[in-house]
Amino acid sequence: MSVKTYDAGVKEYRDMYWTPEYVPLDTDLLACFKCTGQPGVAREEVAAAVAAESSTGTWSTVWSELLTDMEYYKGRAYRIEDVPGDNESFYAFIAYPIDLFEEGSIVNVLTSLVGNVFGFKALRHLRLEDIRFPIAYIKTCGGPPAGIQLERDRLSKYGRPMLGATIKPKLGLSAKNYGRAVYECLRGGLDMTKDDENVNSQPFMRWRDRFEFVGEAIQKAEQETGEKKGHYLNVTAPDPEQMYERAEFAKEVGSPIIMHDFLTGGFTANTGLANWCRKNGMLLHIHRAMHAVIDRHPKHGIHFRVLAKCLRLSGGDHLHTGTVVGKLEGDRQSTLGFVDQLRESFVPEDRSRGVFFDQDWGSLPGVMAVASGGIHVWHMPALLAIFGDDSMFQFGGGTQGHPWGNAAGAAANRVALEACVKARNQGREIEKEARDILTEAARHSPELAIAMETWKEIKFEFDTVDKLDVA
Amino acid sequence: MPLQNATGDYQTKQTLETFGFLPPMSQEEIYDQIAYILAQGWTPAIEHVHPSEAADVYWTMWKLPFFGQQELNDVVSELESCHRSYPDHHVRLLGYDSYTQSQGAAFVVFEGRG
Repeated sequence: MSVKTYDAGVKEYRDMYWTPEYVPLDTDLLACFKCTGQPGVAREEVAAAVAAESSTGTWSTVWSELLTDMEYYKGRAYRIEDVPGDNESFYAFIAYPIDLFEEGSIVNVLTSLVGNVFGFKALRHLRLEDIRFPIAYIKTCGGPPAGIQLERDRLSKYGRPMLGATIKPKLGLSAKNYGRAVYECLRGGLDMTKDDENVNSQPFMRWRDRFEFVGEAIQKAEQETGEKKGHYLNVTAPDPEQMYERAEFAKEVGSPIIMHDFLTGGFTANTGLANWCRKNGMLLHIHRAMHAVIDRHPKHGIHFRVLAKCLRLSGGDHLHTGTVVGKLEGDRQSTLGFVDQLRESFVPEDRSRGVFFDQDWGSLPGVMAVASGGIHVWHMPALLAIFGDDSMFQFGGGTQGHPWGNAAGAAANRVALEACVKARNQGREIEKEARDILTEAARHSPELAIAMETWKEIKFEFDTVDKLDVA
Repeated sequence: MPLQNATGDYQTKQTLETFGFLPPMSQEEIYDQIAYILAQGWTPAIEHVHPSEAADVYWTMWKLPFFGQQELNDVVSELESCHRSYPDHHVRLLGYDSYTQSQGAAFVVFEGRG
């Protein structure tokens, strides 16, 4: 027997969407937003408005609401917390019932959670800090096509991070010269090389020609070194049809891995490509162009930990995470927080790392963390200490800027990496003893000695713009 | 500059993955790596192969993985027995990690002569 009646007009959001007594269900999708309201608007009203506008609500009551069970479908703001050290903003915690979202669709989740609500006038700023995906939802997502364990088994590389490099100059090389740069890096000891994200299929080097020459570079380097090699052929394309055509050809030329830009390409393309990779036994490297537009402002946008979680669900075997130590922004604790989200099967709430919820990943494979951007041999001990073995270090300038060229630069990095791994396994404190470890290793490697001399003065010490909120 | 002329010409090396770019380890250094595998709770295991087949995924197992093994010296003597039995083969030591279902460590201890 229905007791509700239709009461037209505008109501306060908090009447329906602020429910502090609510205990979230295990199947709920939970979100934490950092809200900065317009002056004079109560926190509860702002939080409720965010819950409403990102779920079932609209600005005015409509009669057709009474045809369904809004109590079942609505999002609920269930908790408000102060942001440490910030009087202006607060955290709003919102629970969404799982049935609001299409299974396996990151596109659908984001369209709801970061849709119209971000333009809402009652808010000055809004930032999605974290999402807790329920395990029931995770089980509907494909996730990484291979994952860390399978990638290691395919490549027979264990007990150390992998080494890569983005081929430079990033634009303008002909296909044959580009393949040469790849071959030199791989024969010198890198495991993989990478297309720059800007390299798609420009007039100076069409994708098909690049793929052919790079294919030869990989085969030759494998034969000569006896190790498995790869190059992330970037299949990011103007439309899905061309993306798949490029992916097919990358497989044909014998690369074990392809690459995609998940934000500029979009989650629909990314999920489709991840499915293709799973079906075709290919690895998928994910670049993150455009992320800083979305994630760098501390009060507006989406934190990268959310984008990283979304990528793990959409599918990718590698994801760029920043380096902490290189030329690009990245706070150490915060970076460790989302690196855990990529690789672990369970991540507990830990505010000191910016992790707002327990997150159970179930059996979803892990994603390799990729550290890339302005790093060189001197950073190696810190990189290994920060990222551990299940990661990919990419030295672009730090390989190809070596005075003797790419192969020597690659060897220098490989010697430095292995010396650090060996020292770590021996129980040495590799960050503290960095200079000793590298200097000892350079005694047996003139390539490393010259690299250490070349880059000894380069540092990137600027303060982080997006810091964790701590008192 | 004779040094630069010689070393500037980087010659491609046949390498055997992790630690392939370091000089051969001393006995002490190998013991340290075995101790690391044991300390992680991984299961040591030994594999060997003729160098002509080094690129294969599967090398031949030397006995079964040494489940429950805690004694560094026992692992050392197994490595030496394997090497004595197959002096021409590569012999590598692995650390099986049952949690990740992967190998936490894998490196060649004795290089065979192709």
